[in-house]
Amino acid sequence: MSIEVRNITKRFGNFVALDDVSLDFPAGDLVALLGPSGCGKTTLLRIIAGLESADAGQVLFHGEDASDRHARERKVGFVFQHYALFRHMTVFENIAFGLRVKRRGERPSEAVIREKVHSLLQLVQLDWLADRYPSQLSGGQRQRIALARALAVEPKVLLLDEPFGALDAKVRKELRRWLRRLHDEIHVTSIFVTHDQEEALEVADRVVLMNHGKVEQVGHPEAVYEHPASPFVYGFLGSVNLFHGRAHDGVMKVGNTTLAAPEHADAVDAPAVAYARPHEIEVDRYAPGATGIVVRLARALAVGSSARLELEPVDGGPPLEAEIPVEQLRSLGLREGETLVARPKRMRIFIKPEGAPHEQVAA
Amino acid sequence: MSWGRAMTLDGVGSIADPAPRHQASRRRVTDEAPWLRWTLVAIAIGFLTLFLFVPLAAVFYEALRKGWDAYFAALVERDALSSIKLTLLVAAIAVPANLVFGVAAAWAIAKFEFRGKNLLTTLIDVPFSVSPVISGLIYVLIFGAQGWFGAELKAHDVQVIFALPGIVLATIFVTFPFVARELIPLMQSQGTEEEEAAIVLGARGWQTFWRVTLPNIKWGLLYGVILCNARAMGEFGAVSVVSGHIRGQTNTMPLHVEILYNEYQFQAAFAVASLLALLALVTLALKSFIEWRTGREGAPINPEGPSR
Repeated sequence: MSIEVRNITKRFGNFVALDDVSLDFPAGDLVALLGPSGCGKTTLLRIIAGLESADAGQVLFHGEDASDRHARERKVGFVFQHYALFRHMTVFENIAFGLRVKRRGERPSEAVIREKVHSLLQLVQLDWLADRYPSQLSGGQRQRIALARALAVEPKVLLLDEPFGALDAKVRKELRRWLRRLHDEIHVTSIFVTHDQEEALEVADRVVLMNHGKVEQVGHPEAVYEHPASPFVYGFLGSVNLFHGRAHDGVMKVGNTTLAAPEHADAVDAPAVAYARPHEIEVDRYAPGATGIVVRLARALAVGSSARLELEPVDGGPPLEAEIPVEQLRSLGLREGETLVARPKRMRIFIKPEGAPHEQVAA
Repeated sequence: MSWGRAMTLDGVGSIADPAPRHQASRRRVTDEAPWLRWTLVAIAIGFLTLFLFVPLAAVFYEALRKGWDAYFAALVERDALSSIKLTLLVAAIAVPANLVFGVAAAWAIAKFEFRGKNLLTTLIDVPFSVSPVISGLIYVLIFGAQGWFGAELKAHDVQVIFALPGIVLATIFVTFPFVARELIPLMQSQGTEEEEAAIVLGARGWQTFWRVTLPNIKWGLLYGVILCNARAMGEFGAVSVVSGHIRGQTNTMPLHVEILYNEYQFQAAFAVASLLALLALVTLALKSFIEWRTGREGAPINPEGPSR
């Protein structure tokens, strides 16, 4: 079932959680709502579920307005960040809950419930935990039980609120791959909220980036990573180097270095920021007359196949981060303390709006 | 597994087993010298013995001074029996009433946001802060013969003051906070996520309450009910004002004890008092049992606690 939200606005007192948000969630897709905490992503998810009501706007399920439908009639599966398992019920009873509370006419027989619960337990690969209580399970197991419980009522939509937020890094990684496989198996339209860009990029069919209650960009994981639409998206998806300077006539000046900025050919001495990811920066040993930013190699850290270099511009400014293959580090024989030149191979230049403060970006 | 709990257990373990003397240099900063520890313990035990244990023992000693026959005779005496019946009846009405009011108030305060919530929370505490005598007087002022509704009640031949309704009202007033006070922090700490989960799964309001909310608070609720019951049976001040002390009719057990005592029937007074003391001991035993149960079962599901 497809979901559509139209012009959703939500305020909590003076705080604007969602500001005129409109989005499409095509049927069968796994979509990630990604953004920093407080960006409104969880609020949007709760509005879709009917757990929160919007101040303005509509939620459409399969083209039908569901804004006035009560949460219990929306037939959504909701998975909470902290699982929200019923602590006084066994795993079996937790999963059976949604079937047991159905009206008498629709309620399946005990035998059907039993069969259904066991097949769901098999689906989440925890058949042997049926008689345990939630407090006896690990975090990862609880989250899978919570998912099985949500699936028991055969929801048309699955909504997951930071499903792996409370788990440790290793379990998180396993569980998100498992979720992806599960989604490929059952193909129910799913939306999950996360603040972890790696998680969103790895798991989702589409990523919705949100900031300050607004949608910044929507697209395939690769597309948003490769072509960020705004400085915020650039900064949020992975670490990034910033070069502050001025753009003029298709050329950007950073300190005494010039960088080509053909896309801003009509800029007239405008303040600009260039963004380049660490792997988009190439380094070479300094030689007189070399083009690029002259830097000192403060620290080189070789982890796995790539090496991370911390570079300090000689003429001041914030330190840069570059990532080069370990072989290159070896073949160049770079030592800490040496003077190098750094050049962005690829970058994206954003003109700063006049008078606006520079957007803080997370590195 | 809960980290919170594991750490607490650890902590208890190491306090219970103090470091040997020769390791004094490795003592924890919070440990005190043995002489100080024992002095504190001695003071606490001495105080408890003098002010709690000795009086309690005295009640039973005085009650049984003339032997078991006299003891039982004092209990089955007509007025004593009637006071016991009245006390049980009052508790049987007041406690269930407060159970319902208490759960409703706690639910409203813990799970919803509304205007005047702080005022309601404060109002619940009024019976704790007002002298019980005042609580009784309020009802006399409202329902008494000279009170606001006195004439009207008399016209319809309804007796509130100096009768069962007045005693019940005063008892409900005095014991109102016990259930609500017990449940509010418990329900607040549990948050609303489980209820939300139930609703999304299709549960209706009552189903959510019976199947999710109530089981989660059952031990806290029982705890509150037991304390409420103990106070309902033992209340003296408020009931004394509204009861009228009519022997065999409006005397509850605490009032009966007082009357017997004033008439120099010490043994009989202590015999009835011993029943109230027994009630207190049973209450304490139940309370400890519930604390033990909740200690075992009440482990939070997620160590971090609910977000938001």
